[in-house]
Amino acid sequence: MVFANLDELLHMGGHGPYVWVSYGVSVVALAWLLVAPLLRRRALLRDIARRARRDANRNPQED
Amino acid sequence: MWAYLERLWHRLGSPRHFYDLAGWWLPWLAVSSLLLLGVGITWGLLFAPPDYQQGHSFRIIYIHVPAASLALTGYFAMAVAGVVVLVWRMKMAEVVLQSIAVPGAVMCALALFTGALWGKPTWGTYWFWDARITSMLILLFLYLGVMALGSAIASPVLAARATAVLAIVGAVNIPIIKYSVEWWNTLHQPATFKLTEKPAMAPEMYWPLLVCALGFYLFFAFVVVLRVRNAVLEREAGARWVRELAGEGR
Amino acid sequence: MHPVRRTRLLLVLGALALVGVAVGLTTWALRENMNAFYSPADVVDGKAPVDRRIRVGGLVVAGSVQRGGEGLHVSFDLTDGKGTFTVNYDGILPDLFREGQGILATGTLAADGRFTAEEVLAKHDENYMPPEIKEAMEKGGHPGAKAGATP
Repeated sequence: MVFANLDELLHMGGHGPYVWVSYGVSVVALAWLLVAPLLRRRALLRDIARRARRDANRNPQED
Repeated sequence: MWAYLERLWHRLGSPRHFYDLAGWWLPWLAVSSLLLLGVGITWGLLFAPPDYQQGHSFRIIYIHVPAASLALTGYFAMAVAGVVVLVWRMKMAEVVLQSIAVPGAVMCALALFTGALWGKPTWGTYWFWDARITSMLILLFLYLGVMALGSAIASPVLAARATAVLAIVGAVNIPIIKYSVEWWNTLHQPATFKLTEKPAMAPEMYWPLLVCALGFYLFFAFVVVLRVRNAVLEREAGARWVRELAGEGR
Repeated sequence: MHPVRRTRLLLVLGALALVGVAVGLTTWALRENMNAFYSPADVVDGKAPVDRRIRVGGLVVAGSVQRGGEGLHVSFDLTDGKGTFTVNYDGILPDLFREGQGILATGTLAADGRFTAEEVLAKHDENYMPPEIKEAMEKGGHPGAKAGATP
């Protein structure tokens, strides 16, 4: 590691804020990209299952 | 070999087969992308040496360059999908086109944002209206345009064709972004990576960059596949296989 | 390929080519404005407009940086190898400002050729290296070692 201690790592020779904000925002953005479709999938499947059950109840002779 | 590829192409063209096949890729994409991103970012942030002129602010490159590169590649992929939509009327291409828009826009925004934070300590300003930065901002607007157009038109077929046209027309911006630093005087420096030349960067700095870039690309593919699968479920919501799948989920 | 699809493909590619030509012509027409700055040669040759806010970009000539007696006044020569002129500036220089470095200055050129900058930005190039390697290269007799950015 090029940094001797945590303080140096956070400070980064005065460039700390720029570097850490860049990485922080990027991690949040990537995490959102990952989580959003996973949540959407759960909601979708729940929705489809609910509709399928409703249709099955309405006309039980089908399916 | 050719026959196999043709079969694969036709299978990928069918929503159901795409859904199943892509399901196989998901775990590989997830593991490899998160692993590479973890290694690349730790390496770049903690172990790569500082730059002789810029000091530690240059570490932003490990986010900035992969994000910018993906913003361009993603848009190019969208334009290719757009050609397939208009010429072959392939359903899956419509789905792929729409699924790239959001991750692509996020990458483009990240490139602009990290670029601004890098610009302040190095150039002395967050923003500068040169050809590179301006054309990148236009790319973000094109992405937003594709997203807006896709959701503004109710008919899926019409929406797909309209977004395909916008994606293809906007692709003209791609070579402009890429070569802006060579065609005009810009504040932005020329490309770090060129296909034809050895990078003008020390190896202990560009290896982590390569790892990060590969991680970003795999992550992008992962996210796009997740979105494509969701879109398939949504479009085929009435199909029996989707209903059975949803039924299994509980 | 199916003839209908071939026609559609040709139409799409044709339309793309037309848009490309349109954008190409537009950027060509605007080429002066697409450039972010004038070069020192433009300033010396009188191609840069006088008494208007303009940007100039070039390399800071080694040994030309002079700090004035009072305040933050500084003057330095800017060159691109074809022309050299002096920039006057009152303000804080960016961290990356140094001799041999590429910079961009925004300011006005007076009729007598005196350039006064309001803002100075540093350019950097695509060469990234650790400080030790840079030192080794300089010791090894590559004085330039592509130090500053070429504008």
